[in-house]
Amino acid sequence: MNSVTQLDWKTLCSLSDLVPFSGVAAKMGDAQVALFYLPGQEESLFAVCNHDPVSRANVIARGIIGDLNGEPVVASPLYKQHYALKSGECLEDESVKLKTFPVRLNGEQVEIMQA
Amino acid sequence: MSKPSLIVIGNGMVGHHYLESLVESGFAEQYEITVFCEEPRLAYDRVHLSAYFDGSSADDLAMGTPAQYESWGLNVRVGEKAVAIDRDNKTVTAASGDLLSYDKLVLATGSYPFVPPVPGHERENCLVYRTIEDLEAIEAAAKGGKVGVVVGGGLLGLEAAKALRDLGLETHVVEFAPRLMAVQLDEDGGQLLRSKIEDLGVKVHTNKNTQLIDDGESAMHRMNFADGEKLETDLILFSAGIRPQDELARQSGLEIGERGGIVVNNHCQTSDENIYAIGECALWNNRIFGLVAPGYTMAKVAVSHMLGGTEEFTGADMSTKLKLLGVDVGSIGDAHGMTPGAISYKYSDDAAESYKRIIVSEDKKHLLGAVLVGDCSQYDTLLQYALNGIELPEHPESLILPSLDGAAAPALGPDALPETATICSCLNVTKGQICCSIDEGATDVGMVKDATKAASGCGGCAALLKSVVDNELEKRGVEVSTDICEHFPHTREEIYHIIRVEGIRSFQELLEKHGKGLGCDICKPTVGNMLASCWNEHIMDEQHVHLQDTNDTFMANMQKNGTYSIVPRIAGGEITPDKLIVLGEVAKKYNLYTKITGGQRVDLFGAQLHELPLIWEELVAAGFETGHAYGKSVRTVKSCVGSTWCRYGVKDSVGMAIDIENRYKGLRSPHKLKFAVSGCTRECAEAQSKDIGVIATENGWNLYVCGNGGMKPRHADLFATDLDDETLIKYIDRVLMFYIKTGDRLQRTSVWMDNMEGGLDYLRDVVINDTLGLAEELEKQMAHIVSTYECEWKATISDEEKLKRFRTFVNEEGGDPQIINIIERDQIRPA
Repeated sequence: MNSVTQLDWKTLCSLSDLVPFSGVAAKMGDAQVALFYLPGQEESLFAVCNHDPVSRANVIARGIIGDLNGEPVVASPLYKQHYALKSGECLEDESVKLKTFPVRLNGEQVEIMQA
Repeated sequence: MSKPSLIVIGNGMVGHHYLESLVESGFAEQYEITVFCEEPRLAYDRVHLSAYFDGSSADDLAMGTPAQYESWGLNVRVGEKAVAIDRDNKTVTAASGDLLSYDKLVLATGSYPFVPPVPGHERENCLVYRTIEDLEAIEAAAKGGKVGVVVGGGLLGLEAAKALRDLGLETHVVEFAPRLMAVQLDEDGGQLLRSKIEDLGVKVHTNKNTQLIDDGESAMHRMNFADGEKLETDLILFSAGIRPQDELARQSGLEIGERGGIVVNNHCQTSDENIYAIGECALWNNRIFGLVAPGYTMAKVAVSHMLGGTEEFTGADMSTKLKLLGVDVGSIGDAHGMTPGAISYKYSDDAAESYKRIIVSEDKKHLLGAVLVGDCSQYDTLLQYALNGIELPEHPESLILPSLDGAAAPALGPDALPETATICSCLNVTKGQICCSIDEGATDVGMVKDATKAASGCGGCAALLKSVVDNELEKRGVEVSTDICEHFPHTREEIYHIIRVEGIRSFQELLEKHGKGLGCDICKPTVGNMLASCWNEHIMDEQHVHLQDTNDTFMANMQKNGTYSIVPRIAGGEITPDKLIVLGEVAKKYNLYTKITGGQRVDLFGAQLHELPLIWEELVAAGFETGHAYGKSVRTVKSCVGSTWCRYGVKDSVGMAIDIENRYKGLRSPHKLKFAVSGCTRECAEAQSKDIGVIATENGWNLYVCGNGGMKPRHADLFATDLDDETLIKYIDRVLMFYIKTGDRLQRTSVWMDNMEGGLDYLRDVVINDTLGLAEELEKQMAHIVSTYECEWKATISDEEKLKRFRTFVNEEGGDPQIINIIERDQIRPA
């Protein structure tokens, strides 16, 4: 909550809370983060902001995961825009972007770094 | 109560188009319709009449067929004339003496050829050129003769001249005016047309005023002209213009123009509001429109007005392009340059025998008119400039000048046309409508024609249509577009086949064997849906859950603020008071907004993810099942109250609706499916607007298929009549499974039907006559779905693993604090 802990990895939830090839939402303070788990992939864990900038609802975690030309993406469940999981960039609209967070698996724990 | 009656007098091209438009509007069945067709055959293509001598038969020219009219439910009086209209009593007297009442009357009586009152005009073999009977008379007269004359050098006269030449006669054209086609062409254009026609062996006589027809020496007749010249001929064809056929209207006291024509307003109503006049008999703004396209527009306007629409007739473009005796002729807009300040450019090429003239506005920005003779290749481009007010290039003459350096002339590519550009002016089809039909699945010109009717009038726009369609298809990358997405090199139907044949049970297995990558939001839900259609496993099973759209994943419908709505199944729309109370209590307890749906359900809005299982626990305990409102699946079977209560009902529609709903509930399909069952022909359940509609008759059930409401409503087609219960279910089984097998992703049954080669007849063949030998397999597949049904919510609330999914946050209890509601009309709604 204060500046001392800001750059630390923080445990968010456990691996068993994740759903393979799908997303879940987690609270990070007052903020909401969408976590996506792609087991077996080169990069298997992604964290982006759960807030959908187009619909302004907190729903990104409930989108479908896939890839477009090899780039892992999530499709907004409301208006179907695609966001790159690595960069948070929207493939259809340059003016919107999802915030991304560093995230890692530490044993059974999912850890995130809040910038 | 009997239906209001509609009488249509006249069954020419415009009369036919009126009936066609009315049937397409879906309201034809609301009227008792009688059609008077004075000619001995139903409507035929008069525009291409001269094809009769090229070997086309009357059948080739036919537009309406008795079978089609019968299926439209019309009473047609072929070969019978209407002889009187009594407007006070609203009746029409038929030649047979029958007296028919009308509520609405449409006059589409057309025109008759004007025969100048020259002494001798009534002699034998002095004929006109309008009907197939006229053609038969011309053919007979030509047999004994050598020479034929056409009186009239207009568009129709030259068509008639072609007919005479085709019959092997020495052909002459006699014209009163100084040039041919005086209305459409200017002097130079008319001159070139004349010389080209004369090269083809047709003799043209202009400035000729026929004063007397009497006996000839070498031929049957001698024509004596005012200038003292004479012409001998065996056959005379009068084609000196048309006159509106307004006799009936005249004797009934309707307002008639000074020079004939039934006066109509912008709605094509005559001076009697219950009587419409359309086509060549109608006089709008003191003008008669002697082309088929304006007649078609009038027909549409009259249909629209009768049904309460707002379309208006506001004049018409009289541009024409045609081949006369093999010579290309085109005329657009102000061909004579009558607009004040108009500037014209002419290009004449004696070597190529072509003449082109364009007339542009004073500021050279807009094209006002054009005349083309001998070469119409620029017609389509010029017409688009004129009709759409597209700004001209800096040097407008470049549009008609040949390119000297070999570069292509500046054609207006299909891309340059605005969405509003009219491509087919006969049926008033715009580029936007064509693009729309392509977006809805049309993949070639034929399909676009079927969907939009473009190029089915005069056919003059066929080339332009093709270029627009090809261009749009290319833009959409059609070669690869049948693949469902980048992850599978297959269509939906191919993937369905693979899943069935190889017994594939999961997306992962399919991806490993036939696809690549991770999948996407196109292929994952589609495959998930097909797996459910085939094997009917729980959509939240681990191997399936990540495939589903959020609605299927959480078995509720996501609304705009991220909350969900819940629609419990109320089969057939029948619900007990106790269950209704449960819905009210649950809605109250969880503070849900409630609304009655169009499918006779109660929709509960505003539940958060974590609340869904709590709500469903209560609903399941009260005996409710999931309503599948979230799936591409069977949604609702709507019913009227039927014979158990209604004094008109002939069968128990509620009972049948419940049986049907319970049979097909849970079935997943390419798109949502809606059903309805009506207990009698009054059709209170609106079954004809559903994918599957069932209507009770005295003798059983009528089955309707492939209707829908929505953005582009389509009335369902009557598939089979007077079925017993067992056969009804058998046919529905087969239709649905065949749709699941062959329908495209997110393709409603209506579009599926519209795109099906062979259409309704083909589907009947497959389902009723079993021509593909599939019937047994389809029924077996359906039986599997029916026998493996389970309520997805009931199975979920007793499964701890599945319930874990219903957490708004995995690391915190409760809901999303950012969802805020306000109160409106005593209920919540998103802020």
